[in-house]
Amino acid sequence: MLGKLNWAALPLDEPIPLVASAMVICVIIGVLVLAVMKGWVPYLWREWITSVDHKRIGVMYCVLALVMLLRGFTDALMMRSQQVLAFHAAGYLPPSHYDQIFSAHGTIMIFFVAMPFVIGLMNFVIPLQLGVRDVAFPTLNSVSFWLTAVGALLTNISLFVGEFAKTGWLPYPPLSELTYSPGVGVDYWLWSLQISGIGTLLSGVNLVVTILKMRAPGMSYLRMPMFCWTALASNLLVVAAFPILTATSAMLILDRYLGFHFFTNEAGGNAVMFMNLIWAWGHPEVYILILPAFGVFSEVISTFSGKPLFGYRSMVMATMAICVLAFMVWLHHFFTMGAGGDVNAFFGIMTMVIAVPTGVKVYNWLFTLFGGRIRYTSPVLWSIGFMVTFVIGGMTGVLMAVPPADFVLHNSLFLIAHFHNVIIGGVLFGVFAGYTYWFPKAFGFRLDERWGKAAFWLWLIGFYVAFMPLYVLGFLGMTRRMQHYDVAAWRPWLLVAAAGALLILAGIGCQIAQLAVSIKNRHKLQDLTGDPWDGRSLEWATASPPPAFNFAIMPDVRGEEPYWTMKQTAIARHQLREEAHYEAIEAPRNTSTGIIAAFFATLIGFAMIWHIWWMVALGLAGAFATFVAFAWREQSEITIPAAEVAAIDRANRAARSMALSQMTRSPQ
Amino acid sequence: MPPLAGDRSGRFLRRTALGAWLTLATLLEGCRSELMNPQGPVGSDEKTILLNALGVMLVIVVPTILATLLFAWWFRASNKRARYRPTFAYSGRIELVTWSIPILVVLFLGGLTWVSSHTLDPAQPLSGKTPAVNVQVVSLDWKWLFIYPDQGVASVNALVVPAGAPIHLALTSSGVMNTFFVPQLGGMVYTMNGMAEDLYLQADHPGVFAGRSAHFSGDGFSDMHFDVRAVTAAAFAAWAEQTRRAGPVLDAASYATLAKQTRNVTPFTYRDVGPDLFEQIVERRLAPGPGPGPDRAGQAQPGLGS
Amino acid sequence: MSAIDSAAPFDPYRLGRGGDGDLGQAGGPAPKRVIVAYGFWIFLLSDIVMFSAFFASYAVLAGATAHGPTGRQIFDLGEVAAETACLLLSSFSCGMAAVATGARNKTAFYLAMIVTFVLGAIFITLEVREFIGLIEAGDGPSRSAFLSAFFALVGCHGAHVSAGLLWLLTMIAQVYAKGFRAEMLRRILCFNLFWHALDIIWVAVFTVVYLLAGRP
Repeated sequence: MLGKLNWAALPLDEPIPLVASAMVICVIIGVLVLAVMKGWVPYLWREWITSVDHKRIGVMYCVLALVMLLRGFTDALMMRSQQVLAFHAAGYLPPSHYDQIFSAHGTIMIFFVAMPFVIGLMNFVIPLQLGVRDVAFPTLNSVSFWLTAVGALLTNISLFVGEFAKTGWLPYPPLSELTYSPGVGVDYWLWSLQISGIGTLLSGVNLVVTILKMRAPGMSYLRMPMFCWTALASNLLVVAAFPILTATSAMLILDRYLGFHFFTNEAGGNAVMFMNLIWAWGHPEVYILILPAFGVFSEVISTFSGKPLFGYRSMVMATMAICVLAFMVWLHHFFTMGAGGDVNAFFGIMTMVIAVPTGVKVYNWLFTLFGGRIRYTSPVLWSIGFMVTFVIGGMTGVLMAVPPADFVLHNSLFLIAHFHNVIIGGVLFGVFAGYTYWFPKAFGFRLDERWGKAAFWLWLIGFYVAFMPLYVLGFLGMTRRMQHYDVAAWRPWLLVAAAGALLILAGIGCQIAQLAVSIKNRHKLQDLTGDPWDGRSLEWATASPPPAFNFAIMPDVRGEEPYWTMKQTAIARHQLREEAHYEAIEAPRNTSTGIIAAFFATLIGFAMIWHIWWMVALGLAGAFATFVAFAWREQSEITIPAAEVAAIDRANRAARSMALSQMTRSPQ
Repeated sequence: MPPLAGDRSGRFLRRTALGAWLTLATLLEGCRSELMNPQGPVGSDEKTILLNALGVMLVIVVPTILATLLFAWWFRASNKRARYRPTFAYSGRIELVTWSIPILVVLFLGGLTWVSSHTLDPAQPLSGKTPAVNVQVVSLDWKWLFIYPDQGVASVNALVVPAGAPIHLALTSSGVMNTFFVPQLGGMVYTMNGMAEDLYLQADHPGVFAGRSAHFSGDGFSDMHFDVRAVTAAAFAAWAEQTRRAGPVLDAASYATLAKQTRNVTPFTYRDVGPDLFEQIVERRLAPGPGPGPDRAGQAQPGLGS
Repeated sequence: MSAIDSAAPFDPYRLGRGGDGDLGQAGGPAPKRVIVAYGFWIFLLSDIVMFSAFFASYAVLAGATAHGPTGRQIFDLGEVAAETACLLLSSFSCGMAAVATGARNKTAFYLAMIVTFVLGAIFITLEVREFIGLIEAGDGPSRSAFLSAFFALVGCHGAHVSAGLLWLLTMIAQVYAKGFRAEMLRRILCFNLFWHALDIIWVAVFTVVYLLAGRP
């Protein structure tokens, strides 16, 4: 009746997952009870869960990412502490458990922290920067978010029902085949990512179409903000790379479920083919993550230096070059496979070639700082921290791109240090900068700067203390994923690394405190005009938070940095532009399609994992019914009357007029 | 717009000092490490490449980092001496330099890569007149099997080789992927079922070197380490002779037993090896190692009901 | 916000066109019909990438027959020709349905779509029969890596066609219930793109899988 599912699936005899699951379930139930009792549910349903507004969806993506950061980081703390304890000892995590933890850590951090965070920022910001009202397909946007959330949900369910994959964050066969991984762990991985992968792919299509086909009048390609260019490159990569992940996961699913032989040791299967396919997706994936972060830095550095971004055209060229080259380097993830000198050298050289446009970007940011008047807000601190840290990480990457160097460094802690260097120093610092920078736009008040700066310093110092020792450990010959070891020389470095992890924990604590304090002090931190940072791009032309329709009248773009021009004109004339003629605006209607589709997707995923075939059929039928019900709806839009549009816009104009009259002409 | 300036020069000095200290500590410890103290020609060459590439890149990276910190500090808003250039957003000359520097570095490193990828390819035999000693390596769950086809013996979790002679390793796996890695001797290669990879290494002097698997292969992975004992040629011959005197025989049946999942295996030897055993493993005439299976005691398999 | 009328053109990147009063190259967001079709095209391109991964795995595994049958031994080119004919004709009838849509002729639309459905259903039936025949003869996907890759690639295409048939029926029902409204027209356009794309992929499938298998 319930497939493979039975009571043995619960970790009743394993204290750590049992306690962890109990805690998580209590927190979830607590939050739900609180929401019901305080009457928040109708508001949440109406304004957030069924929303198709890109701003709301963007915020929800970021919330998902931040919550999953806590889970992924907990896994990291457990790994570090295990490695501190397990010198000539077993530690407190048996191998089967430790293996799940490092697999979950990587999977969660990449797919449910980094991806949602960058997608969330892109969702929120791009229509505002392009001067339009929403993305191309708002309902699809909602579905994409909810499918991503389903992936996160399934991965977390594995904590207390069954087990997670024990193969590492990429399930290489033959280890991930049924012979060597007979449990449900790999299936959890496969279905979580198949479902969330569909969400990501649809989001990629959505954003590509938005950037290419929906911009304000007059905004040609070379007038788009840099963030939109990097988002375009990132989403083109999503569209081109994620289908490979879908196909490869499908092949492994067929192997495990129907006895196919794509990657098995028997009947002609080819495990190396998995490596090629998965990294053909995997390498573009890391560029999908870093390109939007590069975009954030371009925006932040230019805004807080009070200058336009240096070398815009070459930045665009560099971005698109990275986009193309991302597909030509994948073999550097397995130089040690023995492909031969020609193949290894080709991919090594291509990897170095991709470092060229990246380096050019660093120099362009450098020269944006040059001649600027830099205001030291926490987004700027994150950006400078990034510039220093990412360059080191990039260097170690190019080092490993030399195949003979990789022959001694592959899979060592040097590799771990490298990719954390670029992902934390690049992606995470970028999303933190973006989070702080665009928070007032989303919520109408700024984040507390003191806690923000404390968080930055703890993260920065914590990162170096946690990961520089790992470079040393790589040179000392330590391999990754070791549950215990007996080399005395490694222990002190692991201790230092654990201390670094604790510093980062303090940094995360500061970020939580920052949010709490900012909410408490939101009236003092309020953003009255919608332009708290003296911004240069169009999102700062709206109120904070922007109304549902973003712009009462779509801006008419006449040059680069249109908002900066508008502002300087208004300052010069000591008055805002004259009021325009307001008209009614049609907005897409909210819909529960997203969350209902997510419900059926969860059913399908869970049932597939546990071989509950009738539930799979039910889920598929339900998903199809949801699609048909959505297709059948009569009203797909609501109309916002002109008077309401006028009232909202006039309120913002009043606030801006007041600020304008209070402003002196001397720049900061 | 609320002004958010502030003098952060103290912060920069602190940060630069911290970074410098960490880098120095890292470099110093790195000097005493396995990778920086190779005991064979392959490892030595790989170390040279590593340090050369690192050096070339540091020449670019260190000034870039310093320039970042310098500009960030000098052009802070509170510094009235810095000239504000609000329209400085393009310079052809600077662009020429900023594209050229990475391109030139990459050209150099690319050349280095091309040459070294060929000369240091694992399957490239080592130069020298001493004939190579053949060792066939099979990674199992979770131990290493070393077959000496010319000596007719085999060893588990201990690799004895003559110092000063090239070792020709042929590597395969009984099931899942692993990586054969001896940090002090250099280069690593994946072991994969159904394939035989070639690797040439050499230990210049007698000694004991740690070896391990560098590719995660399951619960017993952390125990997949072995010692490489490089001995004189005479001692090696003596060892082979002694091994032939006692111990079990490695044939299809004992291989099947060995292939079952076990952890923390104490090193032992086989006094005789069946003919073409390695080839049989590579060509899959001997079945791949079994996985955990339902009767594996002590391994919880939650949810595996009917 | 109406047009900016700044005196000095702000051209920090020296692009030479800033502030010259024209609308640049962009006239604002594209109309909905263009956006929907463009988005669907991009989705189809991503689907083609997914098929490419299956094609690549087929190419790699085509020789891995594990002492089992090769393609030459199991493929019936006559059946493949029949399947191809069905699919190509169904593409034609699908095009006819698009013409009927353009003429707002419901009867012709229903007829063309039903013909498309029937031809597609015949295609699927023939393919399923081929699969069942192979499985019953012991040459199912678990026999060898080559057969796995064959079943997956051809099966993936067949799954897409099946989903398309389901969509087709839904479209007929929708037009029946709602007529040729703007959003119906957009959906019919998307369906057409999908169906024709499947046809193109089929051409690749039968070339790479069936025709090339004939080579020794």
